[in-house]
Amino acid sequence: MSTFFRDSFIVFRRQLRMNLRNPAWVIIGALQPILYLLLFGPLLKPLVSQFGATNGYTFLVPGLLVQLGMFGAFFAGFGLIAEWREGVVEAERVTPASRTALLVGRLMRDLLQLLVQALILIGLGTAMGMRPSWGGVVAGVGITVLVGGACAAASNALALTTKSEDVMAPVINMVMMPVLLLSGIMLPMTLGPAWLERISDFMPFRWIVDGVRSSFVGDFAASGVMWGTTWALALFALAVWWGTATFRKENA
Amino acid sequence: MITARGLVQTFQTRVGKEKKEVRAVDGVDLDVAEGEVVGFLGPNGAGKTTTLRMLTTLLRPDAGTATVAGYDVVRESQQVRRSIGYVSQAGGVSSGARAGEEVMDHGMLYGLSRTQVESRGKELFAQLQLDGLWERMPKNMSGGQKRRLDIVMGLIHDPTLVFLDEPTTGLDPQARANLWEHIARLRTERGATVFLTTHYLDEADALSDRIVIIDQGRIVASDTSDNLKAQVSGDLVTLEVSADQVTLAAEKLASVAASVETSGTHVSGRVARAGRVVPGLLRDVEAAGVTLESIEVHRPTLDDVFLTLTGRSLRDAESEADATDSTDSTDPTDSTASTGPTQEVTA
Repeated sequence: MSTFFRDSFIVFRRQLRMNLRNPAWVIIGALQPILYLLLFGPLLKPLVSQFGATNGYTFLVPGLLVQLGMFGAFFAGFGLIAEWREGVVEAERVTPASRTALLVGRLMRDLLQLLVQALILIGLGTAMGMRPSWGGVVAGVGITVLVGGACAAASNALALTTKSEDVMAPVINMVMMPVLLLSGIMLPMTLGPAWLERISDFMPFRWIVDGVRSSFVGDFAASGVMWGTTWALALFALAVWWGTATFRKENA
Repeated sequence: MITARGLVQTFQTRVGKEKKEVRAVDGVDLDVAEGEVVGFLGPNGAGKTTTLRMLTTLLRPDAGTATVAGYDVVRESQQVRRSIGYVSQAGGVSSGARAGEEVMDHGMLYGLSRTQVESRGKELFAQLQLDGLWERMPKNMSGGQKRRLDIVMGLIHDPTLVFLDEPTTGLDPQARANLWEHIARLRTERGATVFLTTHYLDEADALSDRIVIIDQGRIVASDTSDNLKAQVSGDLVTLEVSADQVTLAAEKLASVAASVETSGTHVSGRVARAGRVVPGLLRDVEAAGVTLESIEVHRPTLDDVFLTLTGRSLRDAESEADATDSTDSTDPTDSTASTGPTQEVTA
């Protein structure tokens, strides 16, 4: 077990070093939710009372946080394709290092990056007037990290399966659009007609967004927090299993 | 060091709408003794890399068994990985990382301590003429330097068995010659067993104790270069004479050679042990009043061997492979050009 942590850490440190050498991507990744916050937040402000929220930013930031977790992490796999092409993945797979460690080391980098971006987003949100329950923020970031981990693992798995940016980009787009539209990141699904809300009931990310939102207002008793956490855990476990399987798989 | 029996690997490919099963490796048996340098030769798409990936635990065989460095590649893959070094075609370093850091991380994944890897890494850098490049990024290295860095990665844990996949593909002649020296030293200085794949005939010839030839997923020959060449019946003797003496020269050559052919003013044929026969032949030809413009004697090349064994020249096999599988490109600086004008005679 200790070699597992050691191996994971070696992979993590290497990935982090490469990221820090080229930090542009970390900033570009954080830019999208920040733009939403700055340019969409003011539009939302006069509307929030209509769907029972009191503070527009306390409503919007949790959604953006989950969005950050999903989008940012989904692009993690692109770097892996480049590494695969340079033979790095194969060179790592020929060492006795645990296959899970090869994935976990990369996930640790993705999650650290996500955490930094999340803190920037929360700091900025607070500066603009968000007044959350701080205990809830910690819980919400925790759920976001789980979601991010799930998406990053899935992205890595997808990268090693497709081995082509040209295939991967449209697949991610195809998955992300309905996820984005049906999880109530910008506006609550309860605003819509019943049929649309029924469809969104089948979207795990919707429950996660609701959970993080409830947690931000300090409403831990709400069933949303429980469901959100449950879904986040389930997705995380599933994606890590998938990711490890692809790293273990012979022709990866 | 390596024992393989009946290795099989099948891939699914799609030709149009039809799914096709391709047996990339179709029952390969291999035996490599400790300290041996074995060249695994074959055209692109013959199954070299696939076999190598099975032996290095990267690919699970669909059938058959293999023991590498004393361990089973499927059941004891961890121990196999610990014992072998593998330098893949793609290399194994990120172009934007620093050479030394890549080597350190790689060594540490083998469980070596930071100080161990650093001293070993620096030592290998010196041995492979990479002094002063510890901080360099691979993207700023020459092809030869980059390839030597890949070899450092493969040697960092001091393996007793080293696999090299197409070690000199894409290098210029000087860098190739330099890398050959380093590969030869793997055995002479480290006592390592080396298994290298190549589609360069001269490379297999120059480096290996023994050559294993694979074609279409099957081993077609395995022997020393000299013995393989001896299978081709004799050396190629070519006489150049003036046009009116071609028939006479062909007649004389036919008395000592098999399958004599004429092409323009050139007459050629295969002669067993040309060294003994040619002096007599020359006297004979002269006595018949034939004036020689030139005489050439070619030892058989591995390309002749390949042709004898498979009925195709290596170059033809390559273009076939390229036609069906475009994943790997044929290098024009290849084999037949450098090994002499021989195959049109035996064909």
